[in-house]
Amino acid sequence: MAESNKPQWNEDGQLEVLTFDVGEERLAVEAVMIREILDLLPETKVPGAPDLVGSIVNFRGKIIPIADLRVAFGMAIEPSTPDSRIVVIETELDGEQTHIGLRTDKVHEVALLNQRDAADTPAVGLRWRRDYARGLVRRPDGVIVLPDLPQIFQSAQRGGDRMGLAY
Amino acid sequence: MSGDDPIAAFRVEAGDLLEGLEQALLDLSHQLDNRGLIDAVFRGLHTLKGSGAMFGFDALATFTHHCESAFDRVRKGLTPATPELVSVILSAMDHMRALVEGDGAGLEATGDAILERLHAAMGDAPVAAATVAVAVVAAADGAVVADSAKAQGWKLFFRLPPGAMANGTNPLILLDELRDLGEAQVVAVLDDLPNLPDLVPTDCMIGWQVELRGDISREDIEDVFIFVMDDMELRLEPLECTEEAPVIAQTQAVPDQPVTVATNDAAATAKNATPRNSESVRVPAERLDILMDRVGELVIVQSRLSQLANSGVEGAAGELALRSISEEIERLASELRDTMMVLRMVPVASLFNRFRRLVHDLSRETGKTIELVTEGESTEVDKTVTEQLADPIVHLIRNSCDHGLETAEERLQVGKPAAGQVKLSAQHAGGEVLITISDDGRGIDRTRVRAKAEANGLIQPGQVMTDYELLQLIFHPGFSTAAQITNLSGRGVGMDVVKRTIEGLRGSIDVASEQGKGSTITLRIPLTLAIIEGLLVRVGDGRYVIPLAAVEECIELPVSEDLRMRGRSMIQLRDALVPFLRLREVFNTGTEPDQFQKIVVISTGGERVGLVVDQIIGSHQTVIKSMSSLHREIGSFSGATILGDGGVALILDVMHLVAFGQQREARLRAVG
Repeated sequence: MAESNKPQWNEDGQLEVLTFDVGEERLAVEAVMIREILDLLPETKVPGAPDLVGSIVNFRGKIIPIADLRVAFGMAIEPSTPDSRIVVIETELDGEQTHIGLRTDKVHEVALLNQRDAADTPAVGLRWRRDYARGLVRRPDGVIVLPDLPQIFQSAQRGGDRMGLAY
Repeated sequence: MSGDDPIAAFRVEAGDLLEGLEQALLDLSHQLDNRGLIDAVFRGLHTLKGSGAMFGFDALATFTHHCESAFDRVRKGLTPATPELVSVILSAMDHMRALVEGDGAGLEATGDAILERLHAAMGDAPVAAATVAVAVVAAADGAVVADSAKAQGWKLFFRLPPGAMANGTNPLILLDELRDLGEAQVVAVLDDLPNLPDLVPTDCMIGWQVELRGDISREDIEDVFIFVMDDMELRLEPLECTEEAPVIAQTQAVPDQPVTVATNDAAATAKNATPRNSESVRVPAERLDILMDRVGELVIVQSRLSQLANSGVEGAAGELALRSISEEIERLASELRDTMMVLRMVPVASLFNRFRRLVHDLSRETGKTIELVTEGESTEVDKTVTEQLADPIVHLIRNSCDHGLETAEERLQVGKPAAGQVKLSAQHAGGEVLITISDDGRGIDRTRVRAKAEANGLIQPGQVMTDYELLQLIFHPGFSTAAQITNLSGRGVGMDVVKRTIEGLRGSIDVASEQGKGSTITLRIPLTLAIIEGLLVRVGDGRYVIPLAAVEECIELPVSEDLRMRGRSMIQLRDALVPFLRLREVFNTGTEPDQFQKIVVISTGGERVGLVVDQIIGSHQTVIKSMSSLHREIGSFSGATILGDGGVALILDVMHLVAFGQQREARLRAVG
């Protein structure tokens, strides 16, 4: 895992994040990365794209990809519910600032995580790739996963190269 | 970069100046005794020196000064202009460019080397060297004197040339700058003032006598007058003793205007300034006026619309009014779009001019006589396109000069004129710009291309290929036919990069070549990158845009034909067989085909392929939006666009699909 992907705890050992549900996991993304939370938008499928980012939407005149983290974490794809939202984040991808919409099943709150509750991702007991998470944080209501989004998107890109069009 | 930054403005201006200079020098190299050109070069150098000094580019000003002096001698007929001199000044210009763009650090050695060459080039007139030497001695003397004059000051007298004010020199600013150097007493000298009837109010007839006190060097004072130095009268002597100068009321007759001197700030910014970025466009004022008119109209229509919304007019009357407004907006939007696109257009002349220098240098490097002919310089192309085209064209010209053109002896042997010709032309054709690079050299050697491709394993030995396919091989990565690798080209990186850049601009590249007669490479580039005419189609439940420029025709795919063609996916179009792709299958839509499917026949580079779609929705003004890097790799789409209902449609990459279709056809042929 690249050092830069580590959570940036502040001096008090805290991290401000937005927590949301994806499938049965609760994830948290740094609040500074969040740009917007939207209701679901009509999506356009991109044939030949990696499953993780299989569609695009019109986000205020910009075309942004929609990522379904359930694919990365190997979860079943369930139909969307009235609680489903798109969380638009801004992250660096191939040296470019890119907006990406994350499809989430429910958005919770902006919370402060404490570093003393954090643990490295365990080597066993995970269904998904270990490098997809930057760490776990224990909370009274369960464990929160800090996903390593750059890592996830990069491997999606590499995977995407192989897929291409159906012959 | 803010528009107010004087350093940035200077860089842009200096860039233009240098470009003009380069053109004049290149012209001069063909006609060495053209006085007009010599004057033009001198003027350019002079202006560059002056404005360089004003903005604190001292290294530039000093360096340019030497070149200017050299040209001054040429101008006065003391030294003839020689090809060596022109070529030294050309390389000096590259150095100046570096000085303009950077802060001059670490460039002294280069500069000195060029100056040495310059002196050598002027060497047939030893006076020149002597003058320089004298100047150096004089400067040294000045420094010595300056030392002794330190802490005392200078007594100076100056008189501006009569036309100085008309040229924009403001004596008040000069005086203020002198005052900034130290305590100054200014006395106006009115001796030359003519009688009132003879007085020309715009001529500056006043001289000034100034006593400057303080620790000031001669250079500081000369810096103040750097712009006007050449024509003005300036006497400078150190103040002998500290006698009390008489204070004269006339000093105050000169109104005291506070003038901020930007030099210090400017010098500070210069250090922080990043290398020049040319993200600015010059727009003719009339085009802006047109744009302004359109915006004005838009504002009026908008107010009509809000009036209608608030008036509560309902029923047929309201509907009619609304429709008229909607039509108005539609007209305005399309006019605004056209005007806006024109604003982004620049003539290719600026692009073409760069290559004259390239050909000049190549001609020296290869020892071949090469003539560059340009045509259609006024053809306008989108600004972004021009910038991105520069590198590919450099490469193509290098190829033509290095591989294409023969040496003079070889040319004479086959009965061609000794001078090789490279022709660069631009023209509009439909929604595209055609840029052609052609040479009258030896042409592409097919047997060598084939041998090389076979050696590199690009093709099977003896593989049957069309001439077109064979020529396309030169764009393959890692392909180079140059028997010898020169530092110009032949490293086998290049043609594939050229091709990729052109495709990145949604353009295409064609090669035609006749053995012994020369080669022609044609680049087809869409006029603009931002908006295209597209054909909107539906495949399954997705909507896609096909660039209209690539569409040849639309035909029906009869159901019977569809079934019958299962095996071979070819249709007969008049006298040709065209392979087709069922986009439904390619895109894996998983939907049932519509009853009346259509085939859109698209073509590029002489190859055609049919795309089977479910429905043709119609033509669509397509604003191209780029996709994120997550989707850029897919290849079959060149971007996406937003439709009227807010939905998104993908734009098909015609080039990619045609190649894909051709490949599949080739595979089917191989199997069957």
